Amino acid sequence: MTDTALAPSEPLPARQRSRFRATLAHDRKAQLGLIILAVFLLAGIFAPLLAPFDPNEMTFDMMGGLSWTHPLGTDDLGRDLFSRILYGTRVSLFIGISTVAIALVAGITLGLVAGYFGGWVDMVIMRYIDLQWAFPNFIIAVYLVAVFGTGLLNVIVAISLAFVDDFARIARSMTLSLREEQYVDAARTLGFSNLRTLFVHILPNAVAPIIVQATVSVSYAILGEASLSFLGLGVDANTPTWGLILADGRGFITQAWWLGVFPGVAIMLVVLSINFIGDWLRDALDVRQSF
Amino acid sequence: MTSYMLRRLIGSVIVMWAVATLVFFMLRLVPGDPIAAMLADAGGPDEIAAMKAQLGLDRSVFVQYGIWFANMFQGDLGNSIYGSRVPVSQIITEAFPRTISLSLLAFFIAMVIAVPAGILSATRRNTMTDNTVSLFAFLGLSMPDFWLAILLIIIFAANLQWLPAIGYTPIDESLWQWFRHLILPAIAIGTAFSAIIARMIRSSLLEVLNSDYMRTARSKGLTPRMLMFGHALPNAMIPVITVIGIAFALLISGAVVVENVFAIKGLGRVLIEGILNRDYPVVQGAVLVVSAIFVFSNLIVDLLYGLIDPRIRLN
Repeated sequence: MTDTALAPSEPLPARQRSRFRATLAHDRKAQLGLIILAVFLLAGIFAPLLAPFDPNEMTFDMMGGLSWTHPLGTDDLGRDLFSRILYGTRVSLFIGISTVAIALVAGITLGLVAGYFGGWVDMVIMRYIDLQWAFPNFIIAVYLVAVFGTGLLNVIVAISLAFVDDFARIARSMTLSLREEQYVDAARTLGFSNLRTLFVHILPNAVAPIIVQATVSVSYAILGEASLSFLGLGVDANTPTWGLILADGRGFITQAWWLGVFPGVAIMLVVLSINFIGDWLRDALDVRQSF
Repeated sequence: MTSYMLRRLIGSVIVMWAVATLVFFMLRLVPGDPIAAMLADAGGPDEIAAMKAQLGLDRSVFVQYGIWFANMFQGDLGNSIYGSRVPVSQIITEAFPRTISLSLLAFFIAMVIAVPAGILSATRRNTMTDNTVSLFAFLGLSMPDFWLAILLIIIFAANLQWLPAIGYTPIDESLWQWFRHLILPAIAIGTAFSAIIARMIRSSLLEVLNSDYMRTARSKGLTPRMLMFGHALPNAMIPVITVIGIAFALLISGAVVVENVFAIKGLGRVLIEGILNRDYPVVQGAVLVVSAIFVFSNLIVDLLYGLIDPRIRLN
């Protein structure tokens, strides 16, 4: 959904790395973002060790308030909210990262091929990308889940496909502007294959805007997964995800406010931390973005 | 300008045709037999064959496509196959004004907050005001809309009991009731939009304020008010309008989710219920209408952009 304004950028050698460090030292928000994200990543990885209860274990302590045994209370079936949110971290982060990884590879390949070869290849690919571009990513994901059905794999496919156009557009316009550079000409003159020219000479120079777009996309993917789960179009009814916990708790918020508050706090903190990091990367990599 | 408008218009029609075609063929790829779903697995082979003939599903897929298209142009989108067989067009006609009035109210509230916030933080760059606006913008961008909706219900409906938690009243019945039902969902949807626009206005305005013609205008001795509203703001709004176009899509996708929290039977709720009930004709109809809203709001923004910025028209 974001559109990265494109200027050919520097590759990422050592001096770029020192720029990361220099900008990070002044960026309180980015520091905070990295810490929050690290905490959630660790919490997700070590959820089985950290969770005091089985996330699906029902007890007779139904809709119990905050206590030492249940730091975030329990839900209508007596399940421990803290443990459920911990396990939800895994789904959220896994889907957020995996979908963007898939969309990135697919989108970049399409964009590079379209931009480098031009002609009818470009026409066919870009007509499709333009069609997808006319729709918000979340709506595309909803349409795709409507066709393929719910479940972990389908949700991942739906969200990844929804993001492909963003990466394809960036990769294509970077390729178009880089195609005319002398070093690309040189590579071709030396008789390097198209594939080698594309991936060894063009791609590394298009990395900065792609990194920024990928970071922002992870936060949109996490919000998208949560929304799908909340609507009942998510992974499945037995896997605790943040969106699903909120959907389950929605009917009980008048008696148990914690069911409507804490899962959302988790989503907000993760998305906020990624937005902070994205902002810092945009500065550090000097990528201009329209919003 | 006319040729530009014409080109954009034709482009939009082609996109709509492509979407309709995709929707038609993709829903035929759906795993699971819609006929079986319609008969609730109760019919024998004879009933299934009869039903297929009645719905025209025994003919080739291309004939079906032709018939479907012809019907669609007459406003016939088929009947719901879930529960009472209501015509899809009737469901959509009832849902449409709800989604539109919700999105427009959200848009209005968001702009009323975003424009002054953006101007304030650009003119008082790096002050307390700027930082506060920036913090709220970050929070607004990071809160899922449906969660914000739940929080608003907990505070204003459940605890303070100022506003209704669910439902909708048409605007022609009672303006006040309409507003009371829509204000919470509109805030839930508009917050992220408002954050994006405020940030955009800030950065665009900062760029304009540093430009040469602003320095010229200042050296002519214009008042600060004249500088801001006569010179800086109109120019700064040009890129903002494109972003509004892109972000308008956010409002509609927000409405799709948030309508479900507030039990407002708009297009979003129709779409999601259709998917959950495997009510394919309803899903088809809702997808088409929601898509049409995007395509034509994009078109309007593009045309508006052409009017405002003469550079666009030339190519």
